[in-house]
Amino acid sequence: MRTTTRLVHVVLLGWALLVSLPLLWAVVSSLKTDAEIFDSPWSLPATPRFDNWARAWAEASIGRYLLNTVIVVGGALVLTMLFGALVAYCLARYPFPGNRIVYYTLVAGMLFPVFLALVPLFFVVDQLGMLGTYHGLILVYTAYALPFTVFFLHAFFRTLPTAVAEAAFIDGCSHAGVFFRIMLPMARPGMVSVGIFNFLGLWNQYLLPLVLNPDPDRYVLAQGLAFLAVSQGYRSDWSGLFAGLVIAILPVLVAYLLFQRQIRDGLTAGAVK
Amino acid sequence: MRHGRYRFLAGAMLPPLLLYAVFVVSPYAQAFYLAFTDFNGVSSDVNLVGLDNFTRLWSDPLFLSALRHNALMLVVVPLVTIALALFFATSTRGGRLLRAYRVLYFFPQLLSVAIIAVLWQFVYTPNSGLLNGFLDRIGLSTLERSWLAEPRLALWCVMAAMVWSAVGFYVVLFAAAIESIPADITEAALIDGAGQFTLFWRITLPLVWDSVQVAFVYLGIVALDGFALVQIMTVGPGGPDNSTEVMGLSLYRNAFTYGKYGYASAMGVALFFLTLTLTVLMLRATRRERVEMA
Repeated sequence: MRTTTRLVHVVLLGWALLVSLPLLWAVVSSLKTDAEIFDSPWSLPATPRFDNWARAWAEASIGRYLLNTVIVVGGALVLTMLFGALVAYCLARYPFPGNRIVYYTLVAGMLFPVFLALVPLFFVVDQLGMLGTYHGLILVYTAYALPFTVFFLHAFFRTLPTAVAEAAFIDGCSHAGVFFRIMLPMARPGMVSVGIFNFLGLWNQYLLPLVLNPDPDRYVLAQGLAFLAVSQGYRSDWSGLFAGLVIAILPVLVAYLLFQRQIRDGLTAGAVK
Repeated sequence: MRHGRYRFLAGAMLPPLLLYAVFVVSPYAQAFYLAFTDFNGVSSDVNLVGLDNFTRLWSDPLFLSALRHNALMLVVVPLVTIALALFFATSTRGGRLLRAYRVLYFFPQLLSVAIIAVLWQFVYTPNSGLLNGFLDRIGLSTLERSWLAEPRLALWCVMAAMVWSAVGFYVVLFAAAIESIPADITEAALIDGAGQFTLFWRITLPLVWDSVQVAFVYLGIVALDGFALVQIMTVGPGGPDNSTEVMGLSLYRNAFTYGKYGYASAMGVALFFLTLTLTVLMLRATRRERVEMA
């Protein structure tokens, strides 16, 4: 028994190392010179080279990619939450002809692989003149995030008590007023869960921007980093690339350290639904 | 109460539904149509070609090898990930230190698949990569390889990165399910003399089976994709001798490199039916008597 417990601990520690070592190694490498990186992957830098980070930020456009990502993901997140909550609320609380059809059409969107839509989507966005634009990406991101958001919040709005809303109606509150001032604040826990879920999903998008966002000046972070990595054979700047990688990981790491409980609960709650 | 009801409904629902119709419903519908055409980007010159695209799929060696690779990933990735996750979830019960492992294991789940691909590409780099450097350090330099350049290894290296990033999420998912098992059930089994293994197979696993089922479906969908990892990590992209070609990559290349949009759409349709079949099969195959916990 004793040896099995010890063995289990060794395996747990082993996986912990496997998870953390590549990440730590990226951080250390981002502070080395190219020569040091090639010399030995396991050595520490003689002096930490923070200029790698500055170079990645400015010359390799990581700063620009980050800004693009913030604009696109921020816009898409706000729009997704607003639209998702509105639709979910209407479908959950207002019986009207066609209610079920609309709901199932929306939810069915989760069954289809994005790859299937890729080709026609490219032409739709192209015809609307939205290829490589912020608003084009924001609208597409929102449209593809809607099914899950509606599905999740629909279930949530159904569980909220009706009495408060009815009281507000009697006091003369309008439909929109009831939604924004009563129901939306009550739905806060659900909004937070699905908001975290959507934020990560949108932040990590790769396929959609790859196809719909061909302008290098508008690249989002994941796309820009992959571009740098693939094209770095021509201008090999390893340390700069490592620095870019670390800059891309850092915001997620900080967010995780601050909100790790909410993030894990938010993501797993999404899965079991 | 009735006043303004339909105006509110219309105002609240029409913009989102319009957005959804334009960017989601219409592309999906068009894809099914395009799959039966020879569309090459010029809309004035589209001909219906019946099932031609699909018969070509069956004789396209590259697509067939992509299909084989996805099939292999479909077998390996869910099984390995779920086995590891179940093990980690059961063995991190208890103390704070053990729970801290879960927090750490979960982190890769938050990284963009593009970041994971770039990171692992560095790990596998022959001369300055982490893996060969590690083998060198522990005196196993004979095992050093150009990991992503050897046709027989490249796909396994991609799968390793996939498992690495997925395990933590399922540890947390399974751990939550395990913790919702009432303590008296576990205690009763232990009093009856069940060992740790019996406890796991006879009590824990059946009681968390719903979560395992969900995991199989999700990981199956991940294994049918693999596009971003392959596209960023392996040369070509598609790997040495196309040894890491996956269906998503074939589709992407045919559409956006060769301009064979009709043919690419047929691949999309094939991929859709595979995903759908897989989901149904996974749910069927893993179906068990549902255990109700009082």
